[in-house]
This record gives sequence, C-alpha cells and structure tokens, in this order.
Amino acid sequence: MSRISVKVNGTTYDDEVEPRLLFVHYLRDRLGFTGTSVGCDTSNCGACNILLDGVSVKSCTMLAVQADGSEVTTIQGLAGVRAGDGPPGGGDGVAEWHPLQKAFSAEHGLQCGYCTGGMIMSAVDLLARNPDPTGDEIRHGLEGNLCRCTGYQNIVRAVRTAAAELRGDTAAEPTTEVQA
Amino acid sequence: MSKIDPEELAEEVIEHHALGHPDGHDKSVGTSPRRKEDARLVTGSTNWTDNIVLPGMLQMAVLRSPMAHARITSIDVSAAKEQPGVIAAFTGAELADHWAGGLPCAWPVTSEMVSPVHLPIAVDTVRHAGEAVAVVVARDRYEVADALEFIDVEYEQLPAVVDLEQALRDEVLVHEDKGTNRTFDWPFAAGDIDAAFTAGEVHVKSRYFQQRLIPSAIEPRAVVVAPIAAADEYTLYSSTQIPHILRLMLALTCGVPEQKLRVVAPDVGGGFGSKLNVYAEEAIALVVAKQIGRPIKWTESRSEAFQATIHGRGQIQDIEIAATRDGKVTGLKVDLIADMGAYLQLVTPGVPILGAFMYPSIYKFDAYQFNCTGVFTTLTPTDAYRGAGRPEATYAIERIMDDLAAELGMDPLELRRRNWIAHEEFPFETIAGLTYDTGNYEAATAKAVELFDYEGLRREQAERRERGDSLQLGIGVSTFTEMCGLAPSRVLGSLSYGAGGWEAASIRMLPSGKVEVVTGTTPHGQGHETSWSQIASDALGVPYDDIEVLHGDTAVAPKGMDTYGSRSLVVGGIAVTKAAERVVEKARRVAAHMLEASEGDIEFDRGTFSVKGSPEASKTIQEISLAVFAAHDLPEGLEPTIDADSVFDPENFSFPHGTHLCAMEIDTETGRSRIHRYVCVDDIGNVINPQIVEGQVHGGLAQGIAQALYEEAVYDPEGNLTTGTWVDYMIPSAADLVDFITDRTETASTTNSLGVKGVGEAGTIASTPAVINAVIDALKPYGVTDIRMPASPERVWHTIQEAKAGNGQGHSTPYPHTQSAQAAPEASA
Amino acid sequence: MIPPLFDYVRPSSVDEAVAALAEHGDEAKVLAGGHSLLPLMKLRLAAPAVLVDLGRLPELRGVRDDGDVLAIGAMTTHDTVVADPLVNAHVPALSHVTAMVGDQQVRNRGTIGGAIAHGDAAGDLPALMLALQAEMVCQGPSGTRTVPAREFFLDYLDTAVGDDEVLTEVRVPKLGEGWGYHYEKFQRVAQAWAIVGSVALVRRSNGAIAEARVGLTNMGTVPYRATATERALSGAPADPTTLKTASEAADQGTNPPSDLNAQADYRRHLARVLTRRALESAARL
Repeated sequence: MSRISVKVNGTTYDDEVEPRLLFVHYLRDRLGFTGTSVGCDTSNCGACNILLDGVSVKSCTMLAVQADGSEVTTIQGLAGVRAGDGPPGGGDGVAEWHPLQKAFSAEHGLQCGYCTGGMIMSAVDLLARNPDPTGDEIRHGLEGNLCRCTGYQNIVRAVRTAAAELRGDTAAEPTTEVQA
Repeated sequence: MSKIDPEELAEEVIEHHALGHPDGHDKSVGTSPRRKEDARLVTGSTNWTDNIVLPGMLQMAVLRSPMAHARITSIDVSAAKEQPGVIAAFTGAELADHWAGGLPCAWPVTSEMVSPVHLPIAVDTVRHAGEAVAVVVARDRYEVADALEFIDVEYEQLPAVVDLEQALRDEVLVHEDKGTNRTFDWPFAAGDIDAAFTAGEVHVKSRYFQQRLIPSAIEPRAVVVAPIAAADEYTLYSSTQIPHILRLMLALTCGVPEQKLRVVAPDVGGGFGSKLNVYAEEAIALVVAKQIGRPIKWTESRSEAFQATIHGRGQIQDIEIAATRDGKVTGLKVDLIADMGAYLQLVTPGVPILGAFMYPSIYKFDAYQFNCTGVFTTLTPTDAYRGAGRPEATYAIERIMDDLAAELGMDPLELRRRNWIAHEEFPFETIAGLTYDTGNYEAATAKAVELFDYEGLRREQAERRERGDSLQLGIGVSTFTEMCGLAPSRVLGSLSYGAGGWEAASIRMLPSGKVEVVTGTTPHGQGHETSWSQIASDALGVPYDDIEVLHGDTAVAPKGMDTYGSRSLVVGGIAVTKAAERVVEKARRVAAHMLEASEGDIEFDRGTFSVKGSPEASKTIQEISLAVFAAHDLPEGLEPTIDADSVFDPENFSFPHGTHLCAMEIDTETGRSRIHRYVCVDDIGNVINPQIVEGQVHGGLAQGIAQALYEEAVYDPEGNLTTGTWVDYMIPSAADLVDFITDRTETASTTNSLGVKGVGEAGTIASTPAVINAVIDALKPYGVTDIRMPASPERVWHTIQEAKAGNGQGHSTPYPHTQSAQAAPEASA
Repeated sequence: MIPPLFDYVRPSSVDEAVAALAEHGDEAKVLAGGHSLLPLMKLRLAAPAVLVDLGRLPELRGVRDDGDVLAIGAMTTHDTVVADPLVNAHVPALSHVTAMVGDQQVRNRGTIGGAIAHGDAAGDLPALMLALQAEMVCQGPSGTRTVPAREFFLDYLDTAVGDDEVLTEVRVPKLGEGWGYHYEKFQRVAQAWAIVGSVALVRRSNGAIAEARVGLTNMGTVPYRATATERALSGAPADPTTLKTASEAADQGTNPPSDLNAQADYRRHLARVLTRRALESAARL
C-alpha cells in the first residue's frame, strides 16, 4: 500500500491505496465523487476528465499514487453550488454555476449527460488556453471527448457562449483557478 | 408548520399564482425552457447505476468465452473461490435450474421461427465470443477482476459461422438441436410484381451491405440488485430503456413474483436501442443476489460491452427496382438476409421486419415484393439500434433511386419529384399497406434545395470536374419518411410482437398547487421531464416550474411501455395530454360547484376557471386542488380527487419525413472525404421543444454519418471481434463532424391531438444514404457506381483504382469484412 | 479495465531509479506519463511485476539550451514541449509535431521520453526524432551513454533502452536558418493513430533544396527515413515536379503493415502522396 495526499475540490484527503488503484476509481469509489464517470477502458472517451494542477487529464489513465500531492478539481467542484446544497436565495442556484455549466444547459449541449462532466472539464482547459476559440478550434480542442447523443454542434455553441461570458464578465469569476 | 392550515395554505397558493401564464408567454409548448434534467447533469449530481452504493454490496464479474463457437468440456471455479475477497463463484450448470426459460425474445415473427433457448450463462456450448460462461462475486472491482483469471475453462473449439450466405448453407450449425441456421423467412407481397416489371422496362439491380454497428452509448451497462432475501423481494437498478418490460420479463425468466420485483432505471446514459433488451447480466445479477442475499453490482467495461451488448444492423440487401424510361417507378423487389447473431434477443428478428414497410418510402407504385431471411451466426446478437430496420430500408431505397437516376440520366431530385406522394394526395395508403396521414415533400425539398444552394453546388461540381481537380465534389440526396411512434397495439399483434404499444400517464394535483406527472416513458437523454412539463403546463395552466415528471421506477410509475422507436412523444405525450384533459374536466365540475354555475357556463383559460360573462367569478386550478384535498364541499358523487390517468393506444404510426442534401468533398489522391455541406429540412409535425428537436436531429445525423464514413464491427474468420475497442471502432469526436444546417417544415399529424410526429431516429435514418450517394456522385467521372460502407479513405481510393480498371462496383471486400486474425501487440514487459 | 497487481517504487533520484530497474530486470517497467503503459495494463496486455515511477524527478523535466542542441528532459510533458520558448525558437518542428500527439489530455500527462522509449512506429515522435537526428541519453548502472536516433528504434515496441536503463534526456540539434517543416498526419478520425505520417524538414538555399529530411510514421515496425527521396532532393531545384518525382521513392526500403486500417499498398501510396505534400509545405512552395 502507498500513502497519498490529494486535494480534491478544496479538501485534502489522506489515504492508503493499492498502487494499481486508478485515480478515477479513487475519486468515485473511495471519495464518492461520482460526478466523474468511466465510459471506456482505452482512454478514448474523456468522461473521466478532471483538472489536475490546473490542466485537464483523463483520470482513468492515472494511478491514484501519481496524484499524490496534487490539486484536483472535478465537475462537482467547478461551481459555487456544490452537489447536495440547496439553491441559495430560493432560486434554482443556476446563477452560481460556472459559465460553462450555464452555457451547456442554455445551448442544449447535453442530452443524457454522461459525457458532460468530462466534456466541461476539457472545455475549462481549452478556454484557459484559448479564450476566444473558433468553432474549428473548439472541435479540435475537444477531440479527446466522445459524445454519442448531441452530434457536438450544441456543445460547440455552448463553449463559445461560455467563452464570451468568461471574456466579458468580471463579476462572476469561475470558482476554480485554471493555469494557462 | 406542525399541522396543515388549509386557509393559510390557500392564501399562500393564491399569492403564488397570478392569473394568466406566469412565465409571461402564452404557451410553453413551442419554446425551449431550461431543461429540468440539466441541473443534476451539469453539476455532476448524477445517479448512474454504477454510482449506487448499498451496505454490504458486492461486485460481480462475468467470465466470457474467448471463442466464437466451442463446447465447454470442463469448467472449474474452485480456485477462483479461494482468491482474496471472493464470496462466491458459479458456473452455468450450477445456475441452470434458476432460469424458468431462457432470455426472452418478444417477437416471434413467424410461427415456424426457430427459437433457440438462450441461457444467461452457457452450460455446454458457447456460440459467440463474449458469451458468459461463469460468474464471480467479490468485495470490490479489483478483487473480482483478479478472481476471473483463476477460473479454469477447457474449450473444444468448433468452426465459426461468420459469413451470412455461408451460414445459410447449414454446413456448420450454430444451434445443432435446431437443424438449421435459417431462423425464419418473412415474405410480403402486394400488387402484381411481374406486371410491374414488364410495365417498367428499365431495371436496376443492386446488392448493398449493412455493416454491423456497435451502438456505443457512452454509459456502459450496469446492474445493481438489492435483495430482501427473507421476503423474496428485490429492487433491480439497471441502465435500461425498459424498466417496465424488464420487470415482467425478469419475473418470468427468474421465477420471481412480479409484484415482488421493483425495477428502476436511474439516470441512463444513452441507449439508442442497445438498452432495449433483457440482458443476461440482469438475470444473472438477480439470481445471484437471491442466492447470496446481499446487494450485487455488475458494471460492464467498454471492451466487454463490445461483445456483450447487442449490435445493430447486419444485413445483405438485394434490391431491384423497375421504372419506365421517363422515370416512373413501377415496382420494387427486396430480398434481405438478416444477421441474427448467435441468439434472439428481445426484438432481434423483428428489426428487419419493421423495415419491410419502409422500402416503398415516399414513393407511389403498384407492386412490392419483400422477403427477409433471418440467419444465425456465431457472433454477438443483433437487435434494435437507432432506426431499427428503417435506416436499412431507407438506405436501400435511396441508394437504388440514385442508381436509377444515374441509369436514366436524370437528376436524382427530379426522379424523386416524379414519384413521391404529392401533398394533396394525403392521407395516402402505400403499397406496403401503411396510411401516411400527412406530409409535404415538396415544401421540405424546396426549402432544403434553397438552403443547400443546390444549383450553385452543381455548378461548382461541374467546374471542378472540368478542371480535373484532385478535390472533387459529390451531391447526395436522401428523401425519407419513417414509421415511428410504436405503435398501434393491434398492428403489433398482427406482426406477432408480444406486447402492445400503448403508453400511460397519471397526473396528480397536489394540495399546494404543484403537479406530478407520472409517465410510463423512460427517457435517457430525450428530455421528457422538460417536454412533458411543457405539455402539462399548457394543458393545466400551471407554471412549468411547478411540475415534476416522475419516470423510470416501477414503484413510482407502475405502468408503461418505455422508450424506443421514437414513440414517447407520439404515444406518451398524448397520454399526458389526455390525462391533463381529464383533470381539467374534473376540475371544471368542482369549479362549477364552487362558482355556483352550470358546467356549460364555465370557461377555462390558462389555469383559471371563470363563469362566462363574469370573469371576476373565478377559481384557479390550484385553488381547486386544495379544495378537493380538504373535500369540505364537493359536488355530489365526485370522489375527493381531480387526479386522472390515461392509457393511450395510438391509432396509427406517425410518419415524419424530410429532405437531406449532402455535399461531400473527396480528396481523390488519398480517398479521404469531408462533409462540405449538410442540409436537412425535416417535418416532424408540431414541435413541443425546438431545441430538443434540433438536438435529436444533430445526434441522429452524427450516428448516420458515422455509419457511412467511420463505423464497422469487423470479425475475423474465427469469429473474433477485431474492432474490439474505440481505438479501432471509430465513433466520431467533435473534430470529425461539422456544423449541420437544419430546418423544419411543420405539417401537423392528423392522428393525434398534439399533431406531433417522432424525431428521435429521423436523422440517423436519413443521413447514411445522403452521404454515400454524395460519395458515389463525386466519383462518377471515374465510373464508380457503388461503394461499401464505411467509405473509408482506403475504400474510396481502392474503388477509384478499380473503377479506372473497369470495375465500378467497389465490392472489393466480402461481407462481413473479415480479416485474418491479427496478433495483439506483444508488450515488452 | 483493472490493471494487474504490481509493486510500486517511487525513486527520488535517477540513480535510485536505475538501481530499482537493475534489481528487477525485465520484471520492471518505467512509469513516465503512463499514457502508453497504463492503457496496456488496463487491458492486461502488459503485467510488469514492478513499476518504477519517474514522476518525482524534477531533474528529468525541462528544456535546456546546450549550445548547438536543446537538451530536453525525458519527463517533459508534450504540452510543455509544445509551448516551450526554446523549442519554438530553435526546433519549431518539434512543437508542430508534438501538438498533434493524441489529444490535449494525453499531452498534459504524456512525456517526450515516454513516447520515444515506448518505441511505437505508429506514434508521431519516433519518425521526427529520426528526421531531427536527435540523440537519446540513457543512464544505467555502468553510467551514461548517448544513442543516436538511427540506432535507437530496433523493432515494434523495442528500443535501445536497456532493461536496467532510464532514458533521461532527448538531445535535439537546433535547426538553424533556412529550415522549413511540415508534418502530414493521415488519420481516419482525430483520435486515431496515423495510418501513415510523413514529416518533412527542408533547408533551402538560393532557390534550391540544400537538404531534405523525411521521417515516415507507421510504414513498418520502426520509423523510417525516406532516404531515396532525400537523396533525390539534395541540391535539386525547389519546384513541384522535382518534389513529386522525388516523393515517388518515399516508400522505398519501408515495410508497411497490412492491418485493420490499411493494406500495405495503400500505405505505400499514402507515403508518397503525404511526403509530396509535406515537402511542398516545408519547402514553402
């Protein structure tokens, strides 16, 4: 067994893990962050994507031991409204979401939602590197994420909408820091 | 509040709901409000089956046959039982007594159909690579994966049956006890086919191949069974499209009394037909949970899914069309060989039959001859996959129409115009015996042609041909219709389908003025929580946000026929509407009583009942809900409820249609093709939620285009799946698709009160032939007349080379596309 | 999906890593970014008894200016290489090709050393290393040695790195004035391996081609240089016809596989077409 210490969604967790434990399983089964999903076993689908030390990573292609000492954000840590919190102020809590979460909903960039957590985390990284991407740049930037429901067109729209808000909106800062 | 004060509550309710539609719009239907599903999905507050954790839960894993066809000569699980964390292990023989029959096939298409027994775990013979041979249960995913390696199985390999025409020769039998691989023959004929083929002197005959596809919903299947063994009660969670059907079927298969089995479809991550089944793992998990008395979870890995989850398509199509010289189609002959796979799953044999009625498509002619032969192979069973029989049909007819146009030297759009049902001719009974209620092929086509700039692209195509550019353009047409909204129950009966096609809805008016809509549909991405809220909001005059849609749990929504076949809106949505209408009628009675007026004098508008001529004398439906709850003063004979149910059996299928135009650019040097422009104008009748409709079209297009260009399940001659993962089986990412130009015409259906038609499968059905027709059109200057799907760069390039050498048919590889077995890469450990 | 059990060693120096590898021999594998090794282990196609994780060795990360050469630590991620100012200034071809490796998530974890040491001729970097005439530095129990790229790739998934050695550094000669470059990566879908790839580096001088180097991806069990093409272009005029004729020889000496994605004859054809296109771009025609 190996000892690891990982900060996930703002809280540090100290654990003993088998070296072979995949990071996605650590997140899901040990820590209960089931918002991060497994879609494949060949690193193709990106449903497991998270931010690790500020960049997007396929958590299924990492061992938990490799994440020792790192800072991680999953889809559940992206916005002000955490899973399980009631909406503040009697509203539906939407105002607290990250611009990407808002935009994915507004532009219908999700249907079944299974790829969505990972897709959004990839988009966070994409926009950190390229705050004003073209449609082609978005498509290329999301090539590591597979969706079977949407045909991607609304996902591209959602990323552009969120990009605009992130560029122009100084009031609603994303709650997670992303390195360029 | 420690006790409910109805008056206080009434004040609250009245304050909360103003007269008129609170959202400020006149209607919710026709708008695209924020989807109710989104909140949990974009924040990761999801409820996938694999998320479920229960006290004492164990993980189950299935050992699968590595061979396509073999006898199990010995199997020993004892070493596995000794492994760390292992609680139990079972062979097929040890569990054989627990199945009342085999896994069910609900569609015996003919009375002579060969129906082999399909045990959830093989006992003495395996018939496809991936078939279950043993099961292990351990404390967690890791221990159970290790334990599988300690199961000892000896196989005596038998020859595989991979090629369909070879399978029909019965040289090697998939099911020896049945004496043949021929599953069924299903013929259909109408009109005088010989006369038609005489009257139409131009005959075009083609053979098309529908390659096997792997549905690839991004959520792998998973099952959790929570038993209360002492009471013989079970809750089964499954990533399924069909919790209601599953409950009945599992009860029968596993000998659990139906009323003691609760089935729940939690959040389900896509299905596309691949989760419309009664799967071995569901039955195994139920029986194992019963045995062990502890919760059991099974989760599929993706490479497991490739072998254990049903495949789509799989047909050889021999098509012949007859037409007069001036382009009037007179008759059509269709001969199919349909690959069943090793066993018949829930609707396996019915899939190609469903397509039988769609080969005539939008065209008028007087003779049609169809036959489908089903055949067993030692491959993963096939079953419904987005379109289920209708994409295959549309592909064949739209391809042969283009082939016919080429033969006649006619523009492919013009050929369609000469043969389609004119707008004024609806309702129209086709030669296949279906009555299309409404349609307007002219309007959809005109709009599509304009958006596409058909004339402009034809000009550009001509210019590039003239210059001999290495980048050539091709234009493909696909004018489709489809039959969806499964289905009038009597029609399903006439086709020998085992169940009906009705759908159920219940509306419950809560005392605080909120509403619960209980639906028998089971959404897995289609947004029913949103759309049914919109329908109910308008019908009841209640705000969209005050409505909760409940589904997918047989304890919560006990009655339903679930979601597939683009049926949910057309059947389920109507049930919601009818239930709402009944609620309003009950409420009207109460309103009349409360307002001391006659029912005939009560008007209902946007949630408010008022007396004709005295608008200030009014009651909201919320006030009525509360009054009924209190029941202090109700009209004579009315039970204290305005809740209502409906079970709706549709009168007819619905027939959406559309015109799809695709321009492909082919790099003739490499064979690579790229979508230059894709336009579709679809008519799905009235629209409840435009954004959801557009999303369904996009998603459907992506899958249909992927069949044309990217996807193919490839087997080697020994029946091993060589495209075993998404590394080799290519589903497109965003980088592999383009923006689609989508639009609509709206010709309301006359067979249901909402005037709606289904849309879930339309994009897939239409797009595949549009793309392939475009690829072939681009290569016409070389003499190319056909190409196998997927039109990979290598296939396109080879087809060009072969056409240059005189063979334009492009059939360089047999079906299925077999490769000699490739060694797995040896890792240097 | 579940890797088999293994022992895990996380050395805090290269010497420790070497010692661990020497101790366990062929039972041990190096864990770099994990994006070649872990997928194999998840499918149980690889089952090393010991994993030696180089993830905590900062001395193996980073790009250094070393005179005529850029010294790139083997554990430098692809993403770092793509953005690195020294790489972009002196060997922009490396940034250009590395940007096409996998997808962004793969590039965020995968390393230049890991990709090269994996030795997959279908990967994008080995052919480029040949074209750049890079050198790989290997450290073992008996010391450090430098292996030129042309001696490094031995066979499918087999390189010159010994069982008891760690690839520590990739040394890439700076490309000076006059060099153009372009990589033609031919894929069926964006996530796929190249069916064939051709990377061309062309140095022009007075309207002629002073030197051309062409690296071929997935034309055999090892990466290739299209040497016949290169010879034909040396000193030749930089015009389309010359490039086309020279490209016809691109597949000479290669041994392309026939597999699920392409037959050998198609690969040969692609090698010629892609080489011509890469040369045209690299020669800035």
